[in-house]
Amino acid sequence: MLSLIIENRFAITAAILFVTGFVNMMLHPNLIKKIVSFNIMDSAAFLMLASRGMIAGRIAAILTDGGADVSRYVNPIPAGLVLTGIVVSVSVSAFSLALVQRIYGTYGTVDMRELLEAMKKRGE
Amino acid sequence: MPFAWNLPYLSVFLTMTAAILLSVLPGARRAWLLTAGVSACVAVMSLCFLVFIVRSDASYAFTMGKFPAPFGNEIRFGPLQGLFASVFAAVMCLSLLGGRTELFEDVDEKKMGLACVMFNMVLASLLILTYTNDAFTAYVFIEISTIAACALVMIRDSGPTLVATIRYLFMSLLGSGLFLFSVILLYAVTGHLLMPQLAESVAALMAGGQYTKVLALVLAMMTAGLGVKSAMFPFHRWLPDAHGSATTTSSAVLSGLVVKGYAVLLITMFCRVFTLETVRAFHIHDAVFALGFCGMILGSVMALRETHAKRMLAYSSVAQLGYVFMGIGLGTPAGIAAACFQILAHAFTKPLLFVSVGRLASAAHHDKQLRALRGSAWSCPLAGFGFGIGALSMVGIPLFGGFAAKVNFSSSAIFGDEKVALTLFVLALSSVLNALYYIPALINIWSDRNPGAKRVEADPYAAAAIVVLACGVLFLGVRFTPVMELIVRGLELM
Repeated sequence: MLSLIIENRFAITAAILFVTGFVNMMLHPNLIKKIVSFNIMDSAAFLMLASRGMIAGRIAAILTDGGADVSRYVNPIPAGLVLTGIVVSVSVSAFSLALVQRIYGTYGTVDMRELLEAMKKRGE
Repeated sequence: MPFAWNLPYLSVFLTMTAAILLSVLPGARRAWLLTAGVSACVAVMSLCFLVFIVRSDASYAFTMGKFPAPFGNEIRFGPLQGLFASVFAAVMCLSLLGGRTELFEDVDEKKMGLACVMFNMVLASLLILTYTNDAFTAYVFIEISTIAACALVMIRDSGPTLVATIRYLFMSLLGSGLFLFSVILLYAVTGHLLMPQLAESVAALMAGGQYTKVLALVLAMMTAGLGVKSAMFPFHRWLPDAHGSATTTSSAVLSGLVVKGYAVLLITMFCRVFTLETVRAFHIHDAVFALGFCGMILGSVMALRETHAKRMLAYSSVAQLGYVFMGIGLGTPAGIAAACFQILAHAFTKPLLFVSVGRLASAAHHDKQLRALRGSAWSCPLAGFGFGIGALSMVGIPLFGGFAAKVNFSSSAIFGDEKVALTLFVLALSSVLNALYYIPALINIWSDRNPGAKRVEADPYAAAAIVVLACGVLFLGVRFTPVMELIVRGLELM
């Protein structure tokens, strides 16, 4: 049992982080914290991906001293995917933060419940 | 390789180039013209490609950048993809035409270029979600589509649209997070991202009984993720605010197209990667059926209680998407084919309704409450007819697209071996419920002439859009057998 946990430590951490992010994003009323939770959720996915690509004792797939022996290197695809994923997640975060800023400018709050009340008060 | 096989790639390239150009090109009218022109051009290109691929009766994997599988990226297309792409691009163009007046009223002139960037990005991501043969590319374009779709809601700059956007955005992000994690888990157990290789590995794993729990989890997360994004019940609560508060073109595009992109991707994943046997083995189809079933009934019940015309249409979209999921949930090729037909029928009908309501509301000083629209059809008879055709199609009157969709669902259930009674029951109940809110709305807009109604200036763009969309609905209602044959053949060649 213990060896199983140690073997899958990255996957387990990723699962815990993902669920934490997911639940917070769904239930937390604060919009900024929702965005933070979204980033935790995405980081969990990247951790999972990066850990799957790692092979102990091998080096990153960058040719330096002319050694083209495949067995020296780790799988580079997950790293590429993580990079793509980070770009996506940064742009989505930037978009959401800009949107929250506009909402704060209009209603003066970043709390979802207060926001709905403020809308009701304004008759919208 | 014949030239026609480059057309899908070129159409995506064209929309993305237009999007990049528009971010620097000045002029609101020019931006709108370029966007409508590009979507019309893509529609024509996709239609040519469709004719070609139907004649050659084949499907083809197009390798991007000359890296062969399993290293490179691929798009894959057959008759079904060609059909979806043509309809999506055509409806996009018609929505832009139909909502033109409101678009120029609602959007700041300086920001029109940026709004048009988003329309182009939505079309590009819809095309990629239809064509892609790579799971990770699908994820990237899901996110692009999320940002573009949210921006389409907020281009009408007001408090309620901002709040609707943020709710839509967070729900969408939950969905894409689930999809991303499921793709990564799938990659972890198979080592592939291209769909044909994924399919081989999944088949090998299923045959060997390995990682079945992980595969079940992957399927569940993927279905839930795409379900959230296409407003599957109970994840539909973001939809009425987002689709109800946006400008006419955005509502038409979001309700008619964007939510469909994810449903098409789900169908592709089910048919191409997992196969229906795997889906049935894990009973995912039963869950999808149950959620579709609830969506069909509750979407209509909520539409029934709504007094705002556009929100009523938005709730009706929840019900109509329930039909799509019910078809997928039948778990048979016939059910999936019926779901594909419903995607097409609804892609014509809902934009027709939104465009008509947009025109009718301009007679009522842009008040979209149903009571304000009373008698408005007399000020703008064409929009009244458009609304009538859309409403009758939604109810399921013969001659219209919605009826053909219901016929397909019934026949696929009757010739299947399970859920016959349930399907027929929910189809009947949903038709009654649809009639209960669409018929009064129709009578309402055609009742006594409203003395306070504003005279509506003729809008040739909207008129053309209404006529073409209505013809689309009628065509699907009358000539549905060849379309169904095309869909069935497309699914076989998936």
